[in-house]
Amino acid sequence: MSGQTLFDRLWRSHEIFRRDDGASLLWVDRHLVHEGSHHAFGKLGMRGLKVANPDLTIAVSDHYVPTRERASGGTNDDIRRMIATLETNAKTHGIRHFGLNDPRQGIVHVTGPEQGLTLPGLMVVCGDSHTSTHGAFGAFAFGIGATEVAHVLATQTLWQTRPKTMRLTFNGVLADGVTAKDMALHWIAKLGSDGARGHAIEYAGSAVRALSMEARMTLCNLSIEGGAKCGMIAPDETTFAYLKSRPFAPSGPQWDEAVDDWQALQSDADAAFDREIEIDASDVAPTVTWGIVPEQAAAISDTVPANAPQDALEYMGLKAGQSLNGLPIDQVFIGSCTNARIEDLRAAAAVMAGHRAKVPGTVSPGSMIVKRLAEAEGLDRIFVDAGLDWVASGCSMCVAMNGDVVAPGKRCASTTNRNFRGRQGPGARTHLMSPAMVAAAAVTGELTDARPFLKDRPLAGAA
Amino acid sequence: MAGWRNHTGLAVALPMEGIDTDQLIPARFMSTPRAEGYGRFLLHDLRIDREGKPRADHPLNRHPEASILLAGRNFGGGSSREAAVYALVDFGIKAVIAPSFGDIFAGNAVNNGLLSARISDADHAKLSNALDSGVGTLTIDLETCQITLGDLTRPFALDPVWRTKLIEGWDDIVLTAKHAHAIAAFTQKDRATRPWAYLNTEFSPPNQNPTGA
Repeated sequence: MSGQTLFDRLWRSHEIFRRDDGASLLWVDRHLVHEGSHHAFGKLGMRGLKVANPDLTIAVSDHYVPTRERASGGTNDDIRRMIATLETNAKTHGIRHFGLNDPRQGIVHVTGPEQGLTLPGLMVVCGDSHTSTHGAFGAFAFGIGATEVAHVLATQTLWQTRPKTMRLTFNGVLADGVTAKDMALHWIAKLGSDGARGHAIEYAGSAVRALSMEARMTLCNLSIEGGAKCGMIAPDETTFAYLKSRPFAPSGPQWDEAVDDWQALQSDADAAFDREIEIDASDVAPTVTWGIVPEQAAAISDTVPANAPQDALEYMGLKAGQSLNGLPIDQVFIGSCTNARIEDLRAAAAVMAGHRAKVPGTVSPGSMIVKRLAEAEGLDRIFVDAGLDWVASGCSMCVAMNGDVVAPGKRCASTTNRNFRGRQGPGARTHLMSPAMVAAAAVTGELTDARPFLKDRPLAGAA
Repeated sequence: MAGWRNHTGLAVALPMEGIDTDQLIPARFMSTPRAEGYGRFLLHDLRIDREGKPRADHPLNRHPEASILLAGRNFGGGSSREAAVYALVDFGIKAVIAPSFGDIFAGNAVNNGLLSARISDADHAKLSNALDSGVGTLTIDLETCQITLGDLTRPFALDPVWRTKLIEGWDDIVLTAKHAHAIAAFTQKDRATRPWAYLNTEFSPPNQNPTGA
């Protein structure tokens, strides 16, 4: 069949049944759950239902896990109860669980791909909006709410109305020191935080093809910040090379069979999208957010816009027309499902090597596997020698549910995904940017262009 | 869950754009069991000051009996937390009217009987102007997809599937049970066409290999 988009192919291969009103019942290949699933398991319990397919359900502890003093099991009783509840639910229902003390534990959107649980052609859902991350593999992946989580637990299916399609093409080549994070903040600033509402995005173009798997995950991760249903990238050799030999990826003859199937997961040359957006990759600069929604972002060389909303300026303690470059910060955070994979840590370490940070900060790797890998490469020493805290893996200061918070009024340069009011703690002021930019902010104590720091420096840890 | 066809109640204007899920309910309250009620957490950090006192000037503190909100663009953007909807519903909110909504939020809303009614920017301006000092009694009709405020009647947009669901009060788990045969037939065929999509790997003991490979 010609004229098909990648999304059309994914939708069709998961559609079990379509109602007359247009709603479709879809098959779920991977259901990821974290501590926030307590509402959904509660709903299941009230109805006396079992998990329909425990073998396709994977639990990961990440939102509430302590990043310091793991033996405590949590920073307070409430948090310990949340972590223990997931443990109990996983055990009761026979679900694989990467728990607090599992050496593979990490943030669910880092652990899934790292373990080869995420594959091209799958439909992946999770009660977390950054599930869009998994689209980097050519999967149909999106976040769902607790009622839907309960439905997937009970049936391994989900009712959905088909979203529209949108192709976001980055033509050309990114400049040195410009990253997938900058691409994401750039398009969100251009189209708005609700710019892709109701659409499934396919990222395409030479600048997307050139991205590593980890960078593709960063780009897809932030799809939700532009309001998209999901974001995806057609699988290619980069995808297959990343997945081969991962613990849960197919192996032996089944690997070859899978790759054959995955190669067909492309949009046809004559496929029509509901919307087409083209961006020149060379227009993308290192970008930082200045406001309280991700669309309030600008190149580091820019100023806070003259028409910036008053509530954003007040909350952030900024003035219209003020330079972003040179804005003093109080602390930094490197972590989250957006930017805490090994390449992110290497990029931050490349900037930081040999420097002392002027402000305090925390580095929380995306998974315990990433943490050990970084330690084997000596990256932890670079961060610790700079004066930052090197801690265990979890959502940590991105969502501030585990006790890691930014104090009221403090300004944090952060590799995370949301600069919402209070996101990193009540009154916290968040500036989103890439890992290299956060590292440069740590070294100078202010927002600054990371590129001069990267001149003639090899990537730390990279072979 | 009971369905509903129309609702008349006090509407309050929240003249802000981008009221995100983290405003609707800050993450620190989300470990609370639902049975304890989530209404007190609604817009907590905007409604309640740092000393724990309600801000007298917040529209919802002035009108706690409100059941309809008129808000700015991109209401409920951000997180998938259904707790954002629980906070609204437990506060007594039946409908939110705005020019756009976060997709996941709007889906969660319908699963809890809460209407997210999408209106044009022009109608948003008209309704805002018509609300005297930001409050007024408003009627919402799900059958006709119309909002009435005095002699002003304006249409709203809502996915027809969601509209039916709100009216009928459907429970998806019950609906899906009727399709058990179709699901079984699908998986039988699918296991043959996409064998690699199913997990056959045993859950191995913790893997110490730092590459994960």
